[in-house]
Amino acid sequence: MRPARLITAGAAATAAALLLTACGDKDADTQAGSAAASGKITVAASDTECKVERTSSNAGTVTFSIANKGTKINEFYVYAAGDRIMGEVENIAPGLSRDLIVELPAGTYETACKPGMIGKGIRGAFQVEGSAAPLTEDAKLAQATKDYQRYVKSQTSALIEQTTAFVTAVKAGDVAKAKSLFPIARTYWERIEPVAESFGDLDPKIDARDGDLEPGQEWTGFHKLEKDLWVTKDVSKDGPIADQLLKDVQTIVTKAETVTFSPVELANGAKGLLDEVATGKITGEEDRYSHTDLWDFAANIEGSQGAIQALRPALEERDPALVKTLDANFAKVEASLEKHRAGDGWKLHNQLTQADLKELSDTINALAEPISKVAALVAAKK
Amino acid sequence: MERRKVLGLAGAGVAGAAAVGAGALALSRNDATTSVATELVSDAGGAIPFYGARQAGIITPAQDRLHFCAFDVITDDKAALVDMLQDWTAAAARMTQGRDAGTFGAVGGSLEAPPDDTGEALGLPASGLTLTIGFGPTLFRDARGKDRFGIAAKRPAALADLPKFPRDVLEDAISGGDIGVQACAHDPQVAVHAIRNLARIGMGKVSVRWSQLGFGRTSSTSTSQATPRNLFGFKDGTRNLKAEEPALLDEHLWVQPGDGPEWMTGGSYLVTRKVRMLVETWDRSPLAEQQTIIGRDKGEGAPLTGKLEHDEPDFAAQDGEGQPVIPMDSHLRLAHPDQNGGARMLRRGYNFVDGSDGLGRLNAGLFFMAYQRNPHKQFVPVQNSLAKLDALNEYIRHVSSAVFACPPGLPAADDYWGRSLFA
Repeated sequence: MRPARLITAGAAATAAALLLTACGDKDADTQAGSAAASGKITVAASDTECKVERTSSNAGTVTFSIANKGTKINEFYVYAAGDRIMGEVENIAPGLSRDLIVELPAGTYETACKPGMIGKGIRGAFQVEGSAAPLTEDAKLAQATKDYQRYVKSQTSALIEQTTAFVTAVKAGDVAKAKSLFPIARTYWERIEPVAESFGDLDPKIDARDGDLEPGQEWTGFHKLEKDLWVTKDVSKDGPIADQLLKDVQTIVTKAETVTFSPVELANGAKGLLDEVATGKITGEEDRYSHTDLWDFAANIEGSQGAIQALRPALEERDPALVKTLDANFAKVEASLEKHRAGDGWKLHNQLTQADLKELSDTINALAEPISKVAALVAAKK
Repeated sequence: MERRKVLGLAGAGVAGAAAVGAGALALSRNDATTSVATELVSDAGGAIPFYGARQAGIITPAQDRLHFCAFDVITDDKAALVDMLQDWTAAAARMTQGRDAGTFGAVGGSLEAPPDDTGEALGLPASGLTLTIGFGPTLFRDARGKDRFGIAAKRPAALADLPKFPRDVLEDAISGGDIGVQACAHDPQVAVHAIRNLARIGMGKVSVRWSQLGFGRTSSTSTSQATPRNLFGFKDGTRNLKAEEPALLDEHLWVQPGDGPEWMTGGSYLVTRKVRMLVETWDRSPLAEQQTIIGRDKGEGAPLTGKLEHDEPDFAAQDGEGQPVIPMDSHLRLAHPDQNGGARMLRRGYNFVDGSDGLGRLNAGLFFMAYQRNPHKQFVPVQNSLAKLDALNEYIRHVSSAVFACPPGLPAADDYWGRSLFA
């Protein structure tokens, strides 16, 4: 899809320049016959229907011939993504026809009749095919990749530092200290989890939960130590596990610093982090022994925000309304989470009521739906 | 994109059914009543018009399957709610005609974008899908008494909360709701698809409070339908209001001018009750006991004083020992209009089996739904007498309850669900 340039108040005039509306209204019935013959796309509009003769066309100048067969005044629109108006014709009186001539580059659009001139109209998909302009290097997207890499780097150095402190406490048998460091070390891990997941076999070694493993596989990583700290209450034999965890984290960090992520991967990562929250943290299955799920929850949200912030300049250009929606919904998630702050950290998962969890779940869903639209937006040719 | 070429309206088995367009439902009592059913009937695959003077899904001959969903509004932003209701309306208009929820459809959109339809109804026909919306008391004032959307003044008196009935064991989590949506179809996959897509469109604005699947309609709402059976094995809904009785519908079903706020005129009130049936103990009771509890015979469905299903019950008839043939505590007697000041409802319930309860019993029963002109004059008195005296109470438990104001239909595409409330 090829979103139109950012429309400002002044740009509306440019859009208007693209369309020449037939000045004279014609009678709807005589219009229909001649329209089909002339390569125009006829639109039969009524109070409850919007029948567009063809739902695809070649790139270039497209002419719609709209006949109002209903009893209400009608309008016809062509929208690009984000409801940007590519062309419109208003005030089509009952029984009359009007033409809309609009310049459409290759991409995906929506047509809409609006009987009564109210609401969202009766919509349909409209595909425009043809030679798209070659994908030019988009400076803003290139910058997004660089910015996100910088974000990852800032997190990985802290991850090494905090994991080192955590495993040191485990090996020293300082259970209280290890318990307090566990959710903090995980914070840096959870913020960049999509990065970690991209290195297949390392993720389970670091982050597998009891039950994730096949018979015969050794259970290592954060959650093995978590169980021994909170449930078994014995970390005396965990020296090798602690060493292995630090080694695996160091490997991830080294790899993460060399890899770059495409804008689409960033977008999918931002969505993936919210899915992690919805499936693992809301339910309390991530940190089932320590119940420190809200630390991971907060970190996933921050990581998702990190990826979106890197994409922000590109998104502002392509769909400013979506950016506003994302900002508002991030704020709502934060406000819901903030209710459960406790000291420097968070309440434990088992201190939350079902109503608390449902509210968190609802705010995550509200954010995740619009975030799921970001990937297609950055994948589109501009 | 169309899931499939939508079939015409020709109702299978309905002789001479004429296809009708939107808004064809007769409102005037003077119209020929015989045409109503044929206008509303679809064959198993067909589409039922979305636009019309009445909401579809009320006197539409009851389809085989139900997915009912109650939503709570989780935004305080009225504009966001209105925007969502417009999106819902557009999606409902499409899905009821056998099309995808969104304009690009399950497979017609960008590869990088999540599809705007969930896809499980691809290749399935409209299947008689109807989507019927209602607004609950808490939309007007929430549980804390707050008028979130400035519509408290529009709340009809008839939408007052139902009273607590004797023996109620209601679970709050599956009761009430700000908005109710009834999806009925001949194919459960189509009904579930509709609710699932509305829930998705609603994310951030509404949240699913509870939902209920149902099968095997327990009432006929048209003379063209035989009376079905509930999970007690008895015919249910013999004396139901029927689509072919417009005078009775105006008296008992449709809200009339002057009843309350104008936005509800032509609409109807829906009461839903989830009634758990203790089928295992019921199945162990003798046939004679089952029949005296219900007041009808099990095979034909005739009242104990009659021979045929539609024979009028004779409540005065006595047996040789001077006892009423139809017992004083029988379900038939207690629920009958003659014992309740003539109160009638249009029942539209469904059977349910929600798996089992861990005690070796089916979690089964009746998801009771009834449409009426005023619940406080119809459902409430009937349920009060049933709750106090009904011999059937030994075998049933009312576990959920809700009430919704269902406005009239949308005449054209410039109207949307809730416009009369919010615009």
